[in-house]
Amino acid sequence: MVSKQYPRLGETVFHEILENGLHVYVDRRRDFQKSYAFFATNYGGMDMRFRLEGAWKNTPAGVAHFLEHKMFDTQDGNALQDLAANGASPNAFTSSAITGYFFESTEKFFDNLRILLSFVSIPWFTPESVDKEQGIIGQEIRMVEDDPENQVFYALMECLYDHHPIRVPIAGTQQSIARITAGTLYACHKAFYNPANMVLTVAGDVDPAQVCAVAREILPGQSGQPIDRDYGGEEALEAAQGEKELTMEVSTPIFQLGFKCDPAGTGAEWLRRSLTGELACEVLLGSSSPLYARLYGEGLINKNFGYGFELYPGCALLAAGGESRDPRKVRDAVLAEGERLAREGVDPALFGRVKKGCYGAKVRGLNSFEHVCIELAQAHFAGVEYFTFPETFDAITPSDVEECIRSWVTPRRCGLAVVRPGEER
Amino acid sequence: MKVTQITLRPGVHLTAVQTRKFKSSMLGAAFLAPLTEGEAALNALVPMVLRRGTAEHPDLESLSAALDELYGGTLEPMVRKKGETQCVGFVGSFLDDAYTLAGERVLEPAAELLAELLLRPYTQDGAFCPDYTRQERGNLIDRIKAQVNDKRQYAQLRVVAEMCGEEPFGVDRLGSEAAARDIDAALLWAQYQKLLRSARVELYYCGSAAPERVQAAFAPVVEGLPREGERMALVRPAKRAAPRKPRRVEEQLDVTQGKLAMGFRTNADAWDGQYPALALVNAIYGGTTTSKLFLNVRERLSLCYYASSGLMKYKDVMLVSSGVEFDKVGQAEGEILSQLYKCQTGDFSDDELEWARRSVVSTLLTTLDAQSRLEDYWLGQAAAGLTEGPDQLAARVEQVTREEAVAAAQDLILDTVYFLKGRD
Repeated sequence: MVSKQYPRLGETVFHEILENGLHVYVDRRRDFQKSYAFFATNYGGMDMRFRLEGAWKNTPAGVAHFLEHKMFDTQDGNALQDLAANGASPNAFTSSAITGYFFESTEKFFDNLRILLSFVSIPWFTPESVDKEQGIIGQEIRMVEDDPENQVFYALMECLYDHHPIRVPIAGTQQSIARITAGTLYACHKAFYNPANMVLTVAGDVDPAQVCAVAREILPGQSGQPIDRDYGGEEALEAAQGEKELTMEVSTPIFQLGFKCDPAGTGAEWLRRSLTGELACEVLLGSSSPLYARLYGEGLINKNFGYGFELYPGCALLAAGGESRDPRKVRDAVLAEGERLAREGVDPALFGRVKKGCYGAKVRGLNSFEHVCIELAQAHFAGVEYFTFPETFDAITPSDVEECIRSWVTPRRCGLAVVRPGEER
Repeated sequence: MKVTQITLRPGVHLTAVQTRKFKSSMLGAAFLAPLTEGEAALNALVPMVLRRGTAEHPDLESLSAALDELYGGTLEPMVRKKGETQCVGFVGSFLDDAYTLAGERVLEPAAELLAELLLRPYTQDGAFCPDYTRQERGNLIDRIKAQVNDKRQYAQLRVVAEMCGEEPFGVDRLGSEAAARDIDAALLWAQYQKLLRSARVELYYCGSAAPERVQAAFAPVVEGLPREGERMALVRPAKRAAPRKPRRVEEQLDVTQGKLAMGFRTNADAWDGQYPALALVNAIYGGTTTSKLFLNVRERLSLCYYASSGLMKYKDVMLVSSGVEFDKVGQAEGEILSQLYKCQTGDFSDDELEWARRSVVSTLLTTLDAQSRLEDYWLGQAAAGLTEGPDQLAARVEQVTREEAVAAAQDLILDTVYFLKGRD
């Protein structure tokens, strides 16, 4: 086991690679009541086409999410109840790129860790339980269909992307999940839930050696095969379509504005791109940018305005959205500001402040064990140590950020999705 | 972790939590006023307009720049409802001094900026800037109207409004749209002066600094408050019995899934000795993933996508919230009530009791690990005039017996049923 100190963050991380290929990271935090464990597979909503034992397989949309729901079933009952009975708060999520299972507990951490590792690694599906889950997930999909925030997000994905699976809803559709069987679930579990394709991250006042000992005791000793995935070939750099509009029962129009960015490779480049993208967002339309103040002052955006830079395998985007009486005006103003920044460059004082601000926010983010565990895991899958961000951050220059804005914030790369008020859909 | 509560002046209090656990320190300052139909929207609007600019930083851009200089600190308007008290002001998070690049102090300039926001607004002709007032009033109205967007939460707001229509608790924390529309810069300025003079003020800090340093850092806030007049005392909400026959309200909106929200009277709140027993019963009934509602109504019978219960800590109200198919609502309601009956007749296993207890205790103890939850906890206690910490409340929950839990369950009486369905 290697222990590594990150003095700028006041953190120490223990790292070990088990014989089965699983990487284990423990961020030891003294004086906390709770501990947090996160067990994730590098498998998400967008991994629908992959090669298993030499043969390419196509799976319906929503399998990763369906699996996440079903993994809690065990031969003896339900792991959710076992964890909750130990006072742990368990949960799970499926994103486009990963599926993660976690719990937070104040007592019996290692008992809970055993339960977590065991239910995630041992599949137990029956045709009856799969049928029943189709009902539950069907309801979840319908609930999401009533949620304008979600609808506007996927409308933006359809604007930006022609075929990349990021545009497919993670939970799938009523039709796609109807095609999922116990067999599909077993096959995908076998492909993606092998230790070498997974990571275990822990934060809390726990003994790292014991974490590894429990992982060795519960998980299979052998690793599975590496997996090839197919996201349908490289996307063009231009948005697939400029605008998309929906009608739902909302009080004011809700919008998502997006710019298609260049995807990043793995390792240091991934971390650097992600930080540069964040800074580009702040400089362009962040809460201390001149554009934000103007849009807010003109009543074109309100407190619900949010923005961010998202990086996935094979795609990246800069997105901003919220409520607006006139989303097109917001888009045009952002495009004009992008053009101005590309032409005139970034105000050095603004850049200095924004950088300080982002740095502080990132360090403060380490208060959240959930955030730390997820970031450590995602960075691991991307091939980089998350806690090196201060040094990477230091090295980013105004011209790095200008270059991103110059190439990304253009009409050709721009998509706008709007949900307008109205009763009909 | 050391908690110090100090009265800085009559009606002006500081809660200072000293700990080195976090990367950040948290600061808060709130005016506490009785929740009323007439003043809720006005009070809610005050911090939103204050946040637009100060005498020294007259616009958002310069305020953001000042915050960025403080390592991206935040100071956001706070509008919360704690029982029948409305809390308005600011809460923010700043990088703890230990992690600054050059070892510079953040607490003192952050508290100074907080004082500026609270006490030295940007004004025109001796009142709030009419533009800022108009824009923020528009934003407040939009926020009130936008409550319908999240149907799950909307159903809960509606059941409270129906159930507590004759009590201050029925007033939403943001006030009503009609009241918001009547506000202008002069009216808002008068309300702000009233808060400055007569509202109880609660200051909060959590971070590595010692209480003495915190008290000194907050001096610009305390010194800037008017000294004349008396600050309002806290009021404990009155209890009320459920009607003999539950009220029923149905509404239609364009939704594909129905939302059923049920309001119960609890006959107990945070001030009462039986509150820990009530908290435990809520967890057995619907507060966790091992609860009766989750395991039976959602999992076993698949009647709802979600079904859970929650307590209003500072008011004698418990809400059950569920998402249900339109044609299954009757069945779901029947099952929700029959699960309650099981709690009332002691028909729950020792396992169910202990699972619930572990969950309540764990939620309380982990409050100590999360700065924003801790801040919200202490604001609630301050608004109630209570001094018990989350760990002390957890210790009381550990002592609750099965008989006490059943007794608390027997006090739960259905008051109002609200159902949100689709259009015909």
